[in-house]
Amino acid sequence: MEQQELIPHLFRSEYRKIVSVLCRHFGFDQMEIAEDITSDTFLTAAQTWALNGAPKNPVAWLYSVAKNKAKNYLQRNSVFENKIAPGIKEIAYEIDIDLSPQNINDSQLQMMFAICDPAIPPEAQIGLSLRILCGFGIQEIAEAFLTSKETINKRLFRAREKLRDEAIKIEFPHPSEINRRLETVLTTIYLMFSEGYYSVSQNQVLRKDVCFEAMRLCHMLVENSATNTPPVNALLSLMYFHASRFDARIGKDGELILYHEQDTGLWNADMISKGGYFLKYATTGDKISKYHLEAAIAYWNTHQVDTTEKWENILQLYNRLLQIEYSPVAALNRTYALSKANGKREAITEAEKLNLTDNQFYFALLGELYTDIDNTTAKQNFQQAISLAKTQADKQTLQRKIDRLISNQPQS
Amino acid sequence: MRHEDGLKVASPEQMQIWMKQTMDWIGGIAAQNKFVSGTGLPFEYARVVRSNKVVTNGPFGEIKETIGGFIVVRADSVDEAVEFAKGCPVLQGEGNSMEVRKIAKNDGVH
Repeated sequence: MEQQELIPHLFRSEYRKIVSVLCRHFGFDQMEIAEDITSDTFLTAAQTWALNGAPKNPVAWLYSVAKNKAKNYLQRNSVFENKIAPGIKEIAYEIDIDLSPQNINDSQLQMMFAICDPAIPPEAQIGLSLRILCGFGIQEIAEAFLTSKETINKRLFRAREKLRDEAIKIEFPHPSEINRRLETVLTTIYLMFSEGYYSVSQNQVLRKDVCFEAMRLCHMLVENSATNTPPVNALLSLMYFHASRFDARIGKDGELILYHEQDTGLWNADMISKGGYFLKYATTGDKISKYHLEAAIAYWNTHQVDTTEKWENILQLYNRLLQIEYSPVAALNRTYALSKANGKREAITEAEKLNLTDNQFYFALLGELYTDIDNTTAKQNFQQAISLAKTQADKQTLQRKIDRLISNQPQS
Repeated sequence: MRHEDGLKVASPEQMQIWMKQTMDWIGGIAAQNKFVSGTGLPFEYARVVRSNKVVTNGPFGEIKETIGGFIVVRADSVDEAVEFAKGCPVLQGEGNSMEVRKIAKNDGVH
């Protein structure tokens, strides 16, 4: 690998491992110290390798330097402590920073549980996860969230403070607590994936990275026997199904390509089959989570057919999903499935009860449903959707639908 | 929901149709963000316990009065709740009914 690619590549894969081990060692009291030491290690690498060339084993070099910097810090700190607090016995202890694969893995899992704590808001959980568990730079996180570096820095700063104040421990939850604690972790992973999938950021590579990181974190949970539960497998399954359509979703001009217009040749068959694999593993136990239902819906969507069987299944899955957890998106998708299973007229009646009048997709759906039934009303709804649409791409998609309505008008 | 035991009057195909209608009806309420909870009440293993502690096989009441299930919704008024009830597929059967009741607040009164 080229010299200039090496460090960014190593940063992405090794920063999070080193910082997780050090964070766990230092605790939330001194989390910034752990992050500083790790960042400093990479800085030293950049400087030294530029002069002397990269070492034969760059990863071992990084780990060795990080350990030394940590030890130096701790020794300096203990000397400082001893000088200002006389009477305390001088503590000379052998500090071992354990960077074995097992400890790296354990540390990351523990950090995951510690960071995904309801004490801090969800976007802070995602931000901190991206930083510490995924090794994202502040600029990258800002881009993913479509906000500024200052906002992200503030957000992470407040999050670390809160975790410190609440004395959140960095440890593996007790077996009796795991399912409850997993709920927050899974929500964070789900939100992280959604952020990457639906973000309107123009940076496609970054968005995919965010999605893949969410999937990687979920993989870590699946690979650990204590956290390998059905909902975790269901979440991983649904992410694979969605991710399989990455390459088909975005056109060459960055425009969003709708599902039924996508080139199924661009759908990633390997990911679809992985989705199926984890869905199978999710179907154990006696509890159905919302992730199970979403994964099942995503499974049906990997079949680009228009059969009543498919849409009836999707409708019933949404019926159940909405009972577990309401969301406007689910309500709209359910209504679309209903139109396919029960017919447009019934769907129109149902749609008008939803009353989601601040939502562009609501009017887009009404436009779809009224198409070929009452094109005047359809056009009005599409226009209302355009007025609420936020991106140029969305407006164009809606305009194309209006154009199609007009061109389908019978000539008298 | 008050109706006869479906298993006694309907074929499996008919039960499937009613099942879909019921799930669609509940889904419609859930899609409006007004569903709270609900469950069917199977007719087997029902018992009636009276004030003299005598236990008989249930369910209670005349055939068409049996409670087959209930659903809890969030409605702004009893009229809105009544509108939801009107959509229940159970009402397709003559003599069946839906009882609409308000749930007590935990305000110490009752």
